[in-house]
Amino acid sequence: MMSEPLLFIENLHKSFGKLEVLKGVDLTMNASDVVSIIGSSGSGKTTMLRCVNLLEEFHEGRILIDGEEIGYTLKNGKRQRLPKAQIARHRALTGMVFQTFNLFPHLTALKNVTLGLIKVRKMKKDEAAEVARHWLSRVGLLDRQDHYPGQLSGGQQQRVAIARAIAMNPKLMLFDEVTSALDPELVNEVLNVIKDLASDGMTMLIVTHEMRFAFDVSTKVIFMNEGRIGEQGPPAELFNNPKSKRLAEFIQNSTF
Amino acid sequence: MDVAQFLHEFWIARGAIWDGFQMTVAISALSIFFGTLLGLFVGLALVYAWLPVRFVVRIYVDFIRGTPVFVLVLASFYILSVIGIQLTAFQAGILAITAFCSTHVGEMVRGALAAIPRGQSEAAMAIGLTFRQTFQSVLMPQALRQILPTWVNAATEMVKASTLLSVIGVAELLLATQQVISRNFLSLEFYFLAGFIYFLIDFSIERLGRFVEKKLAYC
Repeated sequence: MMSEPLLFIENLHKSFGKLEVLKGVDLTMNASDVVSIIGSSGSGKTTMLRCVNLLEEFHEGRILIDGEEIGYTLKNGKRQRLPKAQIARHRALTGMVFQTFNLFPHLTALKNVTLGLIKVRKMKKDEAAEVARHWLSRVGLLDRQDHYPGQLSGGQQQRVAIARAIAMNPKLMLFDEVTSALDPELVNEVLNVIKDLASDGMTMLIVTHEMRFAFDVSTKVIFMNEGRIGEQGPPAELFNNPKSKRLAEFIQNSTF
Repeated sequence: MDVAQFLHEFWIARGAIWDGFQMTVAISALSIFFGTLLGLFVGLALVYAWLPVRFVVRIYVDFIRGTPVFVLVLASFYILSVIGIQLTAFQAGILAITAFCSTHVGEMVRGALAAIPRGQSEAAMAIGLTFRQTFQSVLMPQALRQILPTWVNAATEMVKASTLLSVIGVAELLLATQQVISRNFLSLEFYFLAGFIYFLIDFSIERLGRFVEKKLAYC
């Protein structure tokens, strides 16, 4: 018997005003899948990711994480957004890493990681610090635990941000163009951390412009085009034999 | 200037000047304290409150900020008694400066909160913090650090504004000094002394502010 998919997206629609950004996206991910989303700017990649984290409201469709519908419920046949406390709980099911790091500048690296553990996971301070140190060491920054974000390089900040998200023990990690704001020489240290997590069996949904990385790390690649999934498949197939002209052009114009 | 005479007169007036100094410190401290407290709520209301509430608070802020403090002082002393609220001169003065202070602090809080990048609250929400937790642990600590320098500046302004209470008969440092001068006619010397004392008060506030700022600094 098939187990429940870890992420199930069905007919996802999202508009900003009159502009429809997502025009019905379906996606199924099983545990330990690593799915990369590629596509040109404005194709809806980031918006889709933000819907999964409920940072964006969406107007139609359903998102289920581990069988539980997130964000919305049906009440008397009407679709309703859940109360804030529920939304907060659903957000903690996924860990999000942002393009711009978004570390809390007034907290040390360690406290950036422990904040959610203490406030959301209700851990004791010592316990939270232990978990945080474990993950900071996994991203290779244990020696920087008492540094403030302003004292860290971009790559280091992003690695702390990854530790902050994954320490919460999410079912699914979301990466939103996490290397786009980095100097080229800092990109690899971040990508290596993500590859390392993938080999652990972490389930990940990754929006990226790093084609080489998407090729290496993914179990499946999705090409988004104008608010829809244009094409999807194993990386080798997608990159080597693109079926649509649009994807062929996109790959040709991308750097590896 | 006859130094011996000044020292002699100063010795006679020392009690009055000391009382005036204490009164000035009391007025300033109370107004700054209550003004800051009220100002925090004003600032929060300007950012987060339900729209009609925000509108009312916005009118309050614009009205108070658009009125000279002097007029506020006179109004709270003379107008409130007309509508049946009897305040002592001291209370009326505190009320006026507190209101003045609250609008300035309110604007600072609003501005500081608005200046925090959106990504901060998104990152906080993404790890599952509720709005309340986000505000307490992420937004407010950053906003407070941001407003500290301007808040110190506003606090020194409140000390200076306290001189206006002399007009409604509160014997703060300026009025006390004027009373001393009317007895000994050493206007130059005693106004200079009063000015110097005001400078010391404001200078102390500023040093304290710098000290706290350094303590809270992060790189």
